[in-house]
Amino acid sequence: MFGNLAQLPRYRGLIQSLVARELKARYRGSILGFFWSFINPLMLLLIYTFVFKYVMPAAVKGADPYPLFMFCGLLPWTWFASSLMESSGVLISGGNLIKKVLFPAEILPIVTVTANMIHFFLALPILVVFLIWYRAPLTVPELLCFPLVVAVQFVFTLACALILSALTVHFRDIRDILANVLTLWFFATPIIYPYLSIPETAKPFMRFMNLNPFAHIAISYQEILFFPGPFGHWKWLAALGVASVLFFLFAYWVFDRLRDSFAEEV
Amino acid sequence: MTDGPAIEVSRVSKIYRRYSHRKQFATLKSALLSRSLISNLRPDETFTALNDVSLTVPRGRTLGVIGRNGSGKSTLLKLVAGITKPSTGTVKVAGRISALIELGAGFHPEISGRENVFINGIMLGLTKREVARRFDEIVEFAEMKEFIDAPVKTYSSGMYMRLGFAVAIHVDPDVLLVDEVLAVGDEGFTHKCLDKFAEFKRRGKTILLVTHALGLVERFCDEALWLDAGRIKGSGDPKRIVGAYITDVEHREEQELAAGDAKARETAARAVVSPDEPAAAVLPDNPIETATGPGDMFRAAEGRWGSREVEITDVTLAAATGEPAHVFHAGEPVEVRIRLRAPLAVDDFVVGIGIFNAEGVCCYGTNTSIEQLAPERLIGDAEATFAIESLDLVEGTYKLDVAVHKVDGYPYDYHRLLHTFRVKSREKDVGIYRPRHTWRFAGDVRFKQPPAESRDRQA
Repeated sequence: MFGNLAQLPRYRGLIQSLVARELKARYRGSILGFFWSFINPLMLLLIYTFVFKYVMPAAVKGADPYPLFMFCGLLPWTWFASSLMESSGVLISGGNLIKKVLFPAEILPIVTVTANMIHFFLALPILVVFLIWYRAPLTVPELLCFPLVVAVQFVFTLACALILSALTVHFRDIRDILANVLTLWFFATPIIYPYLSIPETAKPFMRFMNLNPFAHIAISYQEILFFPGPFGHWKWLAALGVASVLFFLFAYWVFDRLRDSFAEEV
Repeated sequence: MTDGPAIEVSRVSKIYRRYSHRKQFATLKSALLSRSLISNLRPDETFTALNDVSLTVPRGRTLGVIGRNGSGKSTLLKLVAGITKPSTGTVKVAGRISALIELGAGFHPEISGRENVFINGIMLGLTKREVARRFDEIVEFAEMKEFIDAPVKTYSSGMYMRLGFAVAIHVDPDVLLVDEVLAVGDEGFTHKCLDKFAEFKRRGKTILLVTHALGLVERFCDEALWLDAGRIKGSGDPKRIVGAYITDVEHREEQELAAGDAKARETAARAVVSPDEPAAAVLPDNPIETATGPGDMFRAAEGRWGSREVEITDVTLAAATGEPAHVFHAGEPVEVRIRLRAPLAVDDFVVGIGIFNAEGVCCYGTNTSIEQLAPERLIGDAEATFAIESLDLVEGTYKLDVAVHKVDGYPYDYHRLLHTFRVKSREKDVGIYRPRHTWRFAGDVRFKQPPAESRDRQA
């Protein structure tokens, strides 16, 4: 397993070209092309802002300006959720490669997660515009933590993607289950509502919030970019970082275990 | 690099799992929890694609792998390529491999040919700079200059394959694996591919070629390997192995035809006997018209009818040796033996025969009446033999009409297309009939020496 893992850097060039291809191919043929990377999150933002500002404003007390708050959690979530959705099918749709070309299969989920990360980066300029517009209380030490959050999220997402992609080869049902799990996960994570605004009635459930890895990622982003005051969540983030690395090793082990079956199953 | 063989496959078996939906759960669990992926499956759920196969290809040699569909050729290639792992045994390959298994696998339809060449090249193990250096050569080889910047989805299948082939061949491997990919592009491109292979050979590269083109194996390979149902059935000199393989294929065809014939006859025997059927038109009087008219296509269905006052009890085709056979070589003598039985004496009878090709075109038809044989008497068991001195038909499958009827056409027993035989020929000439012929030339006309293979044939 570690031998295979050590080989991965050799495929840097390939991963790079495949990510570039993924990005180029995605919007090829559409008129607005690459601008969809901006428009899509903006649309989502518009919808949620409308719902939570005008339809049920009570739910989001303590998150003002709401669009900025939501953006801090929504962009990373989009990266996470679309990475998982895409990587669940990536070995099957890339079956031709696995069956006919000598090719380390883990490259496919890696490319998926990386391509979605680039999309995340491409959407960041809008976030910057929002931050400036709303005069967000940013501090330099907090901003320096931002790449750390991204790194933790990358490792965590990659681990999930590896496991999902490998298991989906054997259980195609995972793709359908995943769509539902992601919806639930989205609402269970403080993205569209702030953690602190959770009403008393829901508190019993919130005990589990700490077990939700993505909650820590979302809260970290929000503390850094949105909430004034120091980045108090860093301990959780550090713990999650360590856990993610372990989880990644486990995921890679599972993937490696199932590797030989891919060429026959996809 | 060491001096060991380029490819070494020792005692390799490959077992594919086939399982029901329910079984998949158990398999995944066992895959995760134990290492015994295969051993805890029941034997009826496995399929052995390769069974204890060993082979060695020394550096610089070309090995051709032949065998019927499903004999494990492609599995062997995939194992050597490292795409799948053997269930037991080991595979060792020295040097960089390029596998021409599926051309253009991994091309992305939305992006241009140029970008795809780069990505494909990198996938096959080149660096970006290496691809850049070979790019012009690749494009020129693929004959794609004008289209290289168009998205790949707009390519024709031929263009797609050519580009895939061009990339794969320019990877500059030490070991080249080729799976039936010479059927890309037109004649000209095929020649270019062969030239490229020859160049590889000259440069001392090792080639493993899986193909159904037996001529190619004979001409091009140093050695041949014949796989049958996952086992090695023979290996060594290409001519010898190809010869043995062809004989085996003919033998199988023979058996298949015999089985098919028996079935057709059985069906016909159960058919209702209807003497009123105006069937006699088929044979001697106007065979060609019957066989080609569109209205008659339906009537060309196989069957049997007649009053059975005279019965055809058996029809046998026999080769020169006298042995019954169903597969013949063009130019061989062939006999059609028709066994007849007339319980009561008849004085009005005609024995006829017709040969039809697979399209239902009558190649030849005749009968005793056409050939001026006036019937006098037929009673009891008898045999009529239609002896052909030389079967001058082109390669293909043919069906026989055999009949006994009255001179006016009233059928006693009519076998319509019930008997099948196949003609084999190494000449790939076309048409329905091969006249005995030679070529003669006058003036300054010269031909190159025929290649070794065709000299052998004449010898």
